[in-house]
Amino acid sequence: MKANRIVYGDTLVELAAVRKELLVLDADVAKSIGTAQFAAAYPDRFINVGIAEQNMMGIAAGLATCGKLPFAATFGVFTSMRAVEQIRNAICYTGLNVKIAGTHGGLETGEDGATHQAVEDVAIIRSIPKIRLFIPSTPVATRYLTRLAAEVIGPVYLRFGRAPSPEFYDEDEEFPEGGSKVLREGEDIAIMAYGNMVSVAVQAAERLAEQGIYARVLDMYSIKPFDTEAVLKAASEVRGIITVEDHSIIGGLGGAVCEALSGGHQIPVIRLGLNDEFGRSGKGDELHELYGLTPERVIETALSIMEAADESLKGGR
Amino acid sequence: MNDVRELEQMAARMRMDCLQMIHDSNSGHPGGSLSATEILTVLYFYKMNIDVDNPRWPDRDRFVLSKGHAAPMVFAALANRGFFSKEEYKGFRRTGGNLQGTVSIHNPGGDMTVGSLGQYLSVAIGMAIAGRLDNKDYKVYAMLGDGELQEGQVWEALMLAPAMQLGNLVAILDNNHVQMCGKTDDILSLGDLRRKFEAFGWAVKRIDGHDISQIMSALDSIPVQLTGQPTMIIADTVKGKGVSYMEGTAQWHGGAPDDEQLAQAFRELGGAL
Repeated sequence: MKANRIVYGDTLVELAAVRKELLVLDADVAKSIGTAQFAAAYPDRFINVGIAEQNMMGIAAGLATCGKLPFAATFGVFTSMRAVEQIRNAICYTGLNVKIAGTHGGLETGEDGATHQAVEDVAIIRSIPKIRLFIPSTPVATRYLTRLAAEVIGPVYLRFGRAPSPEFYDEDEEFPEGGSKVLREGEDIAIMAYGNMVSVAVQAAERLAEQGIYARVLDMYSIKPFDTEAVLKAASEVRGIITVEDHSIIGGLGGAVCEALSGGHQIPVIRLGLNDEFGRSGKGDELHELYGLTPERVIETALSIMEAADESLKGGR
Repeated sequence: MNDVRELEQMAARMRMDCLQMIHDSNSGHPGGSLSATEILTVLYFYKMNIDVDNPRWPDRDRFVLSKGHAAPMVFAALANRGFFSKEEYKGFRRTGGNLQGTVSIHNPGGDMTVGSLGQYLSVAIGMAIAGRLDNKDYKVYAMLGDGELQEGQVWEALMLAPAMQLGNLVAILDNNHVQMCGKTDDILSLGDLRRKFEAFGWAVKRIDGHDISQIMSALDSIPVQLTGQPTMIIADTVKGKGVSYMEGTAQWHGGAPDDEQLAQAFRELGGAL
């Protein structure tokens, strides 16, 4: 298993060989975020601006006006919050070809605590016009989506966690923008997740199947553009939707799913994530446990949805 | 345009164009536009290596207006230089117009979409780095306001440019001493700017920002260099310069002259267009 942020850095090294205009910008976190190997491979195309995220985003914008392909990255809290106005005004409003990566998304950042855990970044970034937001779940998805980010014209934001990720995909799997992946089929419940929560969703679905409940698992890697069609399809085929994300339940995937269903669908949606609260210090997996981002919690939620659905069927009779 | 007298006439014309735009849309920022006039005149009509027929020419000099609300004066420079028709003035700050409240990269001759204070010296740094990487000898000019220096990001950029030895970067401070709510010294004094910039590693020149000859020679004295100290020109200016009732007052930071005030301004600036 490899952390997606490391795969991101490896992919940039690969890309740099063919994309001569590709540059990597850093606000002195390369050792943590996976771009140190790029710095070693391409020292002339690696710019550490010091601990100055706002300046970094502006520089990325300026480079893009001159035809460069800058990838600027730091912890998600700093990309999405410290430098959000720079992303909005200098990059997105302008529509410049800048790629941004926010690493250490969610509680799995762990011991550094709430100040370093981005639990609002998805909500913030997806509300900005003109930007795409991709959140890869596995190394294969990371490699594909990093390459896709380089290929499309315009601002792209990639979100990565901290911990290593298991692989669910074949090497040649494709992840088109605006799509999603069905990792398991099921007609009872749909579990939608992104990033490392996809693994939690898969584990929950496997154990639910043992109890005769079949959950469809969707990897919603493209938060923007969003696969509204897959959500609507699920809504018409299953009895309830569960969203799982290492992020606030406000404005993230849970929010996006509810927006997609705002046309009047009568389906329960339970959003799992941080319930309008901050994280704290601790080990990533312990924090996931503490805040209910576990297969057990997803299973419990699925069972309650199924129970309620059965009740309402009985009531209907 | 090399003749000082001609450049002065162009500055007067740009002032009138700018005030006309603000008057017609009943919205805009005359004070900080008028203080920047001579600097923009010299840049666009004397110094910058630009091509009206090829606004995106990769080898061109760049200009970034970090104090974004001086936009109408940049529009006046671009239109008089021939990048677009003066007909566009009518759309300034209006629904359906091409001239927004701030300069856009989509305006012919616009090198960057600007607007929010404090952000765009960083963008100019990006352009300067790109120039050096591509071994092009263009210069990047960034204009900042003195009030704008209260934004923290400016100091991140001021620290980095000398550390990276961006000798192709020129920052020009439109030091007009007035910001929206009063005198800069009364709100948050910037102290000894020359010493601050020098301590950060900039080559600092101080000039009268309304003296065309001084602006020309300050810009001419900067060597063509991809590497070296970046240059900071502290241009002392007067907010609202050229219109008696606007000079030196925060009252005309934002606001539009009415018909009578516009007529008076035109008389003071040497007559009708």
